[in-house]
Amino acid sequence: MTSTQERPADAVESEIGKSRRRKEDQRLITGRTRWTDNIQLTGMLHLAMVRSPYAHARITAIDTSEAKTAPNVVTVLTGADVSDDQGTLITAWPITTDQKSPAHPPMAVDRVAFAGEVVAVVAARSAAEARDAAELVDVDYEELPAALDLKQAAEADADHGVLAHPDLGTNKAAFWQLDSAAQGSGGSVDEAIATARADGIVIEREYRQQRLIPAFMEPRSVVVDPTGEQITVWSATQIPHIVRFALAATTGVPESKIRVIAPDVGGGFGGKLQITPEEWIAFCVARRLGRPVKHTETRSESLMAGHHGRDQWQKLTLAATKEGRVTALKVDLLADMGAYAALVGTGVPVLGAWMFNSIYKFDAYQFNLTPVYTNKTWVDAYRGAGRPEATYAIERLMEELAAEVGKDPLEVRALSWIKHEEFPFTTVAGMTYDSGNYEAATAKAKEMFGYDELRAEQKRRRESNDPVQLGIGVSTFTEMCGLAPSRILGQLNYAAGGWDHADIRMLATGKVEVVTGTSPHGQGHETAWSQIVADRLGVPFEDVEVLHGDTQVSYHGMDTYGSRSLVVGAEAVVRAADKVIEKAKPFAAHLLEASVDDLEFTGGRFTVRGTDKDLGIQDVALAAFTGHNLPDGAEPSIDASASFDPENFSFPHGTHLCAVEIDTETGGVKMRKYVCVDDVGTIVNPMIVEGQVHGGLVQGIAQALFEEAVHDESGTLVSASFVDYLVPTAADLISFETGHTTSPSTYTKLGTKGVGEAGTIASTPAVVNAIVDAIRHFGVNDVQMPCTPARIWKAIHDQGGGGGEPTPGDAMPHFDEQDVADRTAGADDGGAR
Amino acid sequence: MIPAKFDYVSPTTVEEALQALAAAGDEGKVIAGGQSLLPVLRMRLNAPEMIIDIGKIDSMRGVRDDGDAIVIGALTTHAEVQTDPLVREHALLITKAVSEVADPQIRHRGTFGGALAHADPAGDLGAPALALDAEFVVAGPGGTRTIAATDFFVDLFTTAMEDTELLTEVRIPKWSGWGAHYEKFVRVAHQWPIVAVAAAVKVDGGQIAEARVGLTNMGSTPLRATSVERALVGQPATDEAVRAAAASAAEGTNPPSDLNGDADYRRHLATVLTRRAVLAAAGG
Repeated sequence: MTSTQERPADAVESEIGKSRRRKEDQRLITGRTRWTDNIQLTGMLHLAMVRSPYAHARITAIDTSEAKTAPNVVTVLTGADVSDDQGTLITAWPITTDQKSPAHPPMAVDRVAFAGEVVAVVAARSAAEARDAAELVDVDYEELPAALDLKQAAEADADHGVLAHPDLGTNKAAFWQLDSAAQGSGGSVDEAIATARADGIVIEREYRQQRLIPAFMEPRSVVVDPTGEQITVWSATQIPHIVRFALAATTGVPESKIRVIAPDVGGGFGGKLQITPEEWIAFCVARRLGRPVKHTETRSESLMAGHHGRDQWQKLTLAATKEGRVTALKVDLLADMGAYAALVGTGVPVLGAWMFNSIYKFDAYQFNLTPVYTNKTWVDAYRGAGRPEATYAIERLMEELAAEVGKDPLEVRALSWIKHEEFPFTTVAGMTYDSGNYEAATAKAKEMFGYDELRAEQKRRRESNDPVQLGIGVSTFTEMCGLAPSRILGQLNYAAGGWDHADIRMLATGKVEVVTGTSPHGQGHETAWSQIVADRLGVPFEDVEVLHGDTQVSYHGMDTYGSRSLVVGAEAVVRAADKVIEKAKPFAAHLLEASVDDLEFTGGRFTVRGTDKDLGIQDVALAAFTGHNLPDGAEPSIDASASFDPENFSFPHGTHLCAVEIDTETGGVKMRKYVCVDDVGTIVNPMIVEGQVHGGLVQGIAQALFEEAVHDESGTLVSASFVDYLVPTAADLISFETGHTTSPSTYTKLGTKGVGEAGTIASTPAVVNAIVDAIRHFGVNDVQMPCTPARIWKAIHDQGGGGGEPTPGDAMPHFDEQDVADRTAGADDGGAR
Repeated sequence: MIPAKFDYVSPTTVEEALQALAAAGDEGKVIAGGQSLLPVLRMRLNAPEMIIDIGKIDSMRGVRDDGDAIVIGALTTHAEVQTDPLVREHALLITKAVSEVADPQIRHRGTFGGALAHADPAGDLGAPALALDAEFVVAGPGGTRTIAATDFFVDLFTTAMEDTELLTEVRIPKWSGWGAHYEKFVRVAHQWPIVAVAAAVKVDGGQIAEARVGLTNMGSTPLRATSVERALVGQPATDEAVRAAAASAAEGTNPPSDLNGDADYRRHLATVLTRRAVLAAAGG
């Protein structure tokens, strides 16, 4: 069976780093695939939800009689009807052992806590009939005062103000602190701030992280088929494995009797990292009726009742030396959780705790978090989850510090950032960053951007009082990806681990099936994982099939979120592939009549050192399949599995530079240039990475400029359709210029760091910094997000600068030499400003 | 989302459509391109029992020259109006404004008459129609009547048409040789205008001989900035002169406040956009 046949040259060329077109795209783009809502089963019923129009109300009566007699309605169930079955939806991350979490029945029984909460469900033979009948369900509500304002809610108690859940006695879920002095990773933040007040700079700011809504392309959908030995659930979810576990935990059905399938899923962005009430209700109705059911939410339902993201008030105190080196940061965070503790819930802002210090070396750091319940839609992960909020705060502050000391914002950052030669570096928050090169990324970004030329243009426009002012925004970000080392999650009171799992099955024909525990919903795992396996095993890319998203196929997995798939999931694939090679080796040695020690494996072939004898791994797979000629006592298989639990997070970073033009007459923002240089470690498929970066940038820019979930004074969502919730399109954005530096992760064989959230985390502060930079000479030092033209115009106007006529003496970039002199002269008090 | 149940007819003549409208009474709703009505039905903001689809009435489609006016059939799509040479020659402001309606998909489905009859004060066509003295030809049980633009727009989503009437065509006097510009201010491209200004200007020897200025989304109907029009007459087409004239653009308006800005901001925008629209119209 030896062969001396020459391999085609391309077979040994590395697959890592190749811009392969995505395997998935043909079926996705042509629609030749099956989404959850396309699934049709014999006898299947359709569900429609009856939802509360009130933010907070007591349910005094529900009359379902008319709905029950509507055409082709099979059943109508209220929360009271299922109250014996339904417990509470789970939260995986109570951040403290004494966290207060209100019970969250999937269907409200006697009280609703946000507008959009499900109070009844109709099952009918068609979706239209279910919808019509849902309108006939008559619910009597007694409206209760609603806790809607985050700051007011934080102040409320049993005697004063409004409680979202009166029985809790407070709106505060918990208090969570990270203190560098207490944990020994740095000094006392109060001492450092006091020192800076006496002889240095203290900057105090309060920033708003507005509420956002994940607006994936495919609304959530769930089909439950209770016929058969296992109950099968199809769901448009990011987390089939967690859904299975949670349904088992909350229904009493054994986990082994539940099969969850996430077929092709149209985007998630964290919005499908949830155990939804609708999933639970569909499961419950299907079991009660013994018939398959489907529920697909409308876009309005998706916007109103699917979990929201962000929503924080950030009170920040930054201390620095007179030269602008940061010495301390204190963060007091209020985080709106909405009505309930969601799956990750209060853990989302905790994920920011290690990121407010970002790439910088502070002497002292303190992070104080108070998650707060309100009578609004629940809040959970949204692309970046905790880290964009943190990055926004510190990168906005660094810009303010630069303005304060009159230095270029990049220079100020360099005073405090971790130098390349200092890696690995343990931060003041206690994280150990393994690798990075902030100098290299910044130098490359500056060059691509034409930084000096744009600064010169900015100066010219200031001096000529141009009605169109130019601003330059910087964001030198890092993030923690690859969620997550299980031991750390355990220490943080998270309910699960952070490992992932892979199986590699070597088929008789030499084809390879790769089973991954991650669950792609648009990312392109099938392509990237194929490249990785093709590279590792030396088999053709086309011979690799990637299987995922079905708990019957992929029985172990932690799914996809937190930029973890490539860092954790694909690393498990690599390790499984290495095991396949190790298992194949004795077979190859036996077949080649050589000693195992004399074998080498390259390009998919075992060769006997010093001879021309070799054998392909695909041939070994066939030999294992036939079992005709294997070593004595050998198990006839070279299949392998691996679970990988990361030792540390990964830390992608990058330098993003944004130039905007502000029309000072209208407040209109026009993006002029956006350059980003990201270091995401090893790149498997540059085209996929490019797609992730572009998409991420758009989502981050959207937070800066366009998107905001707004509720009115009664708690009704005002931005309840895409007319008012402004998701930008290609028509609203420019072409981004992207580049890379590469500092591979040192914790994995692949060296990847994750790229799913980078653009979103980095871009928001870059844009807002650019806006503030453009109009700082009018006396503006902040514009609340989203930076609408109206807000920008008002910021200019309120400072008396409107209409493109800045105060003449201040008409220069904020780090201009004259400006510096003026500011330094006036900064003798060294106090907060 | 699924609309509530409704009956549907698709007449092929104006007469049949009028009969269907009369038969439906309060419960009838006309659909043309459906770009406004379908979302309303799907979100169940309205549930008419009878939908009268006029899309098959071919006589209501197309643009023709009618001597001192051009006539645009109500069913002509925005995309057809946008590329029509007669419209461009005699009512350039319409060409400019219709090019700014929503996005290409919507412009290929949505109709000129449908958008005007919908009477959304944030719609892009009302202000130019008003500025250009358009006339609305309306067929009803008693025959045909013509409504002047100043009378046509009554309130938010309300026109002078009766429930039993159908807008068949829009007559626009010829404004040959006038410069025109539609200045629309939005945050994202697919949005309704926060404010927009439609300007048509006749320039003679570097001076503005006559001007027409319409305002979009500055009240419950499209509005004309008549004080600006008067102030512009005889002025040079310079930034300074036009700025002064445009300062009164928001006079007498009652703009809405919403997530995109409050009324004061809109009043300010109206003056800036009026200046820009007039200068652009005067320049070409």
